Amino acid sequence: MTFVLAQVPEGFYRDRSESDTGCVANNGVCPDWIVDNLDRYVDPFLEHVWLVVASVACGLLIAFPLAVLAYRRRWLIAPVANITGILYTIPSVAAFFLLLPITGRGALTAIVALTAYTLLILFRNVLEGLDAVPDEARDAGRGMGLTDGQLLWRVELPLALPSIMAGLRIATTTTVGLAALAFFAGAGGLGEPLEADKAFKSNVLVAGGLCVVLATALDLIILGAQRMMTPWTRSRAAS
Amino acid sequence: MTSADTAQPEGPKPSADAEPLEFRAATKRYPGSPAPAVDALSLEVPAGEICVLVGPSGCGKTTAMRMVNRMISITEGDILLGGRSVRDRDEADLRRHIGYVIQQIGLFPHRTIAENIATVPRLLGWSRTRIASRVDELLDLIGLESDIAARYPAQLSGGQRQRVGVARALAVDPPLMLMDEPFGAIDPINRDRLQNEFLRLQAQLRKTIVFVTHDIDEAIKMGDRIAVMREGGHLAQYAPPAELLAHPADDFVRDFVGADRALKRLALQRVRDVPLHQAPLIREDGSAAGAQANTDVPYDLVVDGAGRPVRWGTDGAVHRIDEDDTLRDALSGLLASAVQYGAVVDAAGAVVGVISIDLIHEVVRREQPA
Repeated sequence: MTFVLAQVPEGFYRDRSESDTGCVANNGVCPDWIVDNLDRYVDPFLEHVWLVVASVACGLLIAFPLAVLAYRRRWLIAPVANITGILYTIPSVAAFFLLLPITGRGALTAIVALTAYTLLILFRNVLEGLDAVPDEARDAGRGMGLTDGQLLWRVELPLALPSIMAGLRIATTTTVGLAALAFFAGAGGLGEPLEADKAFKSNVLVAGGLCVVLATALDLIILGAQRMMTPWTRSRAAS
Repeated sequence: MTSADTAQPEGPKPSADAEPLEFRAATKRYPGSPAPAVDALSLEVPAGEICVLVGPSGCGKTTAMRMVNRMISITEGDILLGGRSVRDRDEADLRRHIGYVIQQIGLFPHRTIAENIATVPRLLGWSRTRIASRVDELLDLIGLESDIAARYPAQLSGGQRQRVGVARALAVDPPLMLMDEPFGAIDPINRDRLQNEFLRLQAQLRKTIVFVTHDIDEAIKMGDRIAVMREGGHLAQYAPPAELLAHPADDFVRDFVGADRALKRLALQRVRDVPLHQAPLIREDGSAAGAQANTDVPYDLVVDGAGRPVRWGTDGAVHRIDEDDTLRDALSGLLASAVQYGAVVDAAGAVVGVISIDLIHEVVRREQPA
């Protein structure tokens, strides 16, 4: 059994003989070519979006309960932080290699690896947010008869939101960058066209540019969601 | 987790009357510590009275208070609220029916003022309309404009936040309030005002209150009864303020209440309770206002149509003193503005009499034990 990495459809992006004007032949930045060929990037872009959203969502799904659990049972913090810390240090290409025998080529491998990278950031930020909840708010809440569950959902987690959302933004931006390597695992994404014709500046510009656009757009979406969910953080300026 | 969020089945309760509170040899021992934090504390707080727990830090006063709503568990002995042991009650339900005010107030920063006040009513499953009208009522009660309801705690001043903290604790009209240094984080000027406001409020509400402070002056001012505690969670003396000042049980209490006991007793008397001087009252047009039988102040006091003081004689500035102020505040005010006479006014601002340093001195001299 052999693992073939980076199976790029050779020639698909290179095939630019028809439009072989001087600019394209010279690997330059060619606006005409970009306009004509933009539709070729739609699928890789959507794959990229899916990889990022799925990975960050899975990361949150795992890191969030772990952080809440560790918040109540402090002894869990060190092991969870250590394990997620180790995961974070594995080079992504190595992670894809390690996962291939288990999950095979495709999006699953990429998502598993990318998820692993989000865990440390998300775990730390959720925990930090919960730890930053003012003691007096917690004490008053308990003193007024909120149960532990009510305290968590009504007081502690809402107050931890700014930190949680900040973690989501970092994790998302990082994952957009890392997902550009997902084609190594056969998961497509914007890394695929990028790798296929590295010499052609128009191609590199569009594929790379779309990564930046995606990272910025996702960041703004999360920021907007945070603004909507935490109106009290804005009111301070008005005081 | 969401099941805990649903309303309690018992539904709303009618406004509850104050209930008596009794500590019965209530003891708190922490594992690994030989000495108890609260040592067999026994005292009774009659319904509708303020019991102040006062003492140096480490005397167990806050621990004792927190045992009442079981924020701290009771090791031995018992605490009875309305004759019923707090140990027999569901923890969360017990706390929902006891007002809780702490020094840092602990308003939820992410909730508006209205939502903060609505915390316990929501836990008890009150209807939206009932909550809304209760919030309005409480804001009015604590003297805050209703437009504050939509703001967040960070947009309020310290004094306003403190008032909201009290309103939140009063939301379901609990029979008992626990207040842990509620004015401790407020600057001295506002603290005084808030204390007075709270006493006025308490005169209407007549809640049973356990009030913790380390400040003996505050204890004397706020308490119907004062429990002086000393290190090791021992109760040194439990008495009304006047008795505590007149007859300290031992050297510890004598030291704790301080050398200025006579001055402190002034804080126990209100201006309205002493026989005031009367000044000749003159209207602005020069005519006499009201009967002028026994005036003992040698200056004319000019008043407006509503009887509010305007000036002394032709151009003397008037120092006003609220009839609800303590003699101590009145004396301090007179000394501070370096005037001989202060015009005592009622809630509407109308003159009810005149007070002087001599008159206060007379009160002290008369009551000084020989």
